[in-house]
Amino acid sequence: MKRSCDYTLGQTSFLVTLRTLIGWHFLYEGLVKLTNPDWSSAAYLLDSKGFMSGFFHSLTYKPSVLHTVDFLNEWGLVLIGLGLILGLFTRLSIFSGIVLLALYYLSHPPFPGLVFSVPAEGSYMIVNKTLIELAALLVLYVFPTRIGLDALLAPLFKKKSQR
Amino acid sequence: MEEKDQKNPAGEGQENKETGKEKETLSGKQMKRRDILKSLATVPVLGVFAWGYYKKRRYDQLIKKVIRDEVGMEYAPPVMSSTPVSGKQLRLGIVGFGIRGPQLMQAAGFLHPAKIDKLREAAEKNPRDKRYQEFMEQEDLNIVFNGVCDVFDIHAQEAMETAANIKRQGTGAKLPDNVKRYRTYQEMMAADDIDAVIIAAPDHWHAPITIEAARHGKHVYCEKPMTWTLPEAYAVRREVKKAGIAFQLGHQGRETESYIKAKEAVEKNLLGKINLIEVTTNRNDPNGAWVYPIHPKASPKNIDWKQFIGQAPWHDFDLKRFFRWRCWWDYSTGLSGDLFTHEFDAINQILEMGIPQYASGSGGIYYFQDGRTVYDVQQEIFEYPDRDMTLLYSATLASSKNRGKVIMGHDGYMDLGSTLNVYADRRSDRYKKLIENGDIKPDVPIYSYVPGRKNPDAITTATEQYFAGRGLLYTYRGGKRVNTTHLHIKNWLEAIRKKTQPSCNIDRGFEEAITNLMGVIAMREGKRVEWDYDKEQIVDLKPVPEKLQETNLKPIEYLG
Repeated sequence: MKRSCDYTLGQTSFLVTLRTLIGWHFLYEGLVKLTNPDWSSAAYLLDSKGFMSGFFHSLTYKPSVLHTVDFLNEWGLVLIGLGLILGLFTRLSIFSGIVLLALYYLSHPPFPGLVFSVPAEGSYMIVNKTLIELAALLVLYVFPTRIGLDALLAPLFKKKSQR
Repeated sequence: MEEKDQKNPAGEGQENKETGKEKETLSGKQMKRRDILKSLATVPVLGVFAWGYYKKRRYDQLIKKVIRDEVGMEYAPPVMSSTPVSGKQLRLGIVGFGIRGPQLMQAAGFLHPAKIDKLREAAEKNPRDKRYQEFMEQEDLNIVFNGVCDVFDIHAQEAMETAANIKRQGTGAKLPDNVKRYRTYQEMMAADDIDAVIIAAPDHWHAPITIEAARHGKHVYCEKPMTWTLPEAYAVRREVKKAGIAFQLGHQGRETESYIKAKEAVEKNLLGKINLIEVTTNRNDPNGAWVYPIHPKASPKNIDWKQFIGQAPWHDFDLKRFFRWRCWWDYSTGLSGDLFTHEFDAINQILEMGIPQYASGSGGIYYFQDGRTVYDVQQEIFEYPDRDMTLLYSATLASSKNRGKVIMGHDGYMDLGSTLNVYADRRSDRYKKLIENGDIKPDVPIYSYVPGRKNPDAITTATEQYFAGRGLLYTYRGGKRVNTTHLHIKNWLEAIRKKTQPSCNIDRGFEEAITNLMGVIAMREGKRVEWDYDKEQIVDLKPVPEKLQETNLKPIEYLG
């Protein structure tokens, strides 16, 4: 981690580009849901298949739980998106993004024999774009850059902790 | 990772090392500026995002507005006239407690204690099973059942225990003894502690029981089809009107929100000139084909067979005929009476087209060759020349390919089910410009309505269309599901209490009965049948199908 800035300009640029693009995707997905008063994860959760489907279905049983899931998903997407674009709380954002993508992947795993209500926009077998996006976030997690607001905040935190 | 970094000390790393040496010599101010620039490097991306987001939202909203202006449909649920239950307690009786009878009583708030136990256990096992909760939360309609009537002793006993279960309790609870079993419906109609009756007897009994009830001033909720023969349709209408009772025919689709919205869409001319309506039945299992289980304890000892036969042609005792009577013309009108009538009433509710001028059709027994006489695959065609349109009913009991219910017009078509979707026709005149501009896409609904949803949206929710069409949406969120039969019974009770007309009243019932029988006669006789609107009778019906033109009841006193 200490040597995180020992990259070529190209390496840094493309790591930051990758982070920004994923952030953009998260932010827009979040905003679309947030601005649609009728959006709910219920249908998506009920459509879950595979070995984790029981858990995802159970999230829809109680309206209170479902509302919480909706809230966490909408705001999670927006905040992770902003975090990734701005490089703000980057590690936390990347980690949360990985968790969220893992949940999406596990709820609708593209395994042979599973068919979902919404047809996929491509052809997938075990690997889909969600998994690739997740892997990209893992790459960003182990190759951090100093580009982002975190760099600006770091001295503040240091000063605070020194006091 | 550190190793990797060490192996790759080029590029920015090198630059940093070099600048690191400079760092000490440069002033702190310069360094700070450099760091700030680095940390803010991606902020402009947010600006680009905001610009794109603004453009996209504006485009979406513009299209939505264009469609909304053109369509002019509200997305709010229709205003339903249902009010809280008020007025005095009504005393009911039920005739017929086979399959539909118990369902009707459940919708009225009465369930057998053993069934309550079963529902509760099912809910405990599976938290998604909301039937128990739904039943317990179903509105109390302020009624009691004082009488039950069934020709099968075991069903009559179950009916009594169901009717007595006023407090919706499980087994073991003490039940009141207000319920009386009547051996004949005539005795029940003569009882003075009964105000209204629900009729769920076989089809060939609908008219005689309704007429007897009307003559005793009892209000009637009768299962579909209204009558089994033509003369009965006239007789039922006359007697019901003469008695001034509240008559409700059992087409609970009248309470379906999406049908009410569909009517609004048709009135706003979203579809243009409607020329073809296609309604279908697509079943593919023995239960759907009326091959119902036979009660293991049923026998001539506990079934009043003679009463079951009634005006139907005599046949020796036969358990199949008793439990699966829908399979014989002797007691039913087959697919037409059992299922087309629901479809007809749905369309009649939306288009108010009434009785067709012509009916034709044909069918056969192609899959369930089990001794039945009614068809298992059949089509009926109804012509409405004064409305320039055709109603087509196509049914099979041996394929579950879902063909839905579609109203087709020159400018658009409407898919009807629990959800409602209106699509613009790609050759439409009305939407021509909008389609050319790309504002309307023929494969995306210009209007869609999902009951229970505040703000359906045709633009951003292509995904949701998939879910909605599969009944996955909005079943578990917020509001509870309400049984349409419950609403239909409630509507009838309201009409009794307020002396108004129920939603599927006798005039709608007459239209249903005549249309159904025109179709059945056409199919069975293999000829086109014409309706004379002025004389209110079928024209040129020769040769006369004996069983549909007459009734065996002697004397045929109710024919006037």
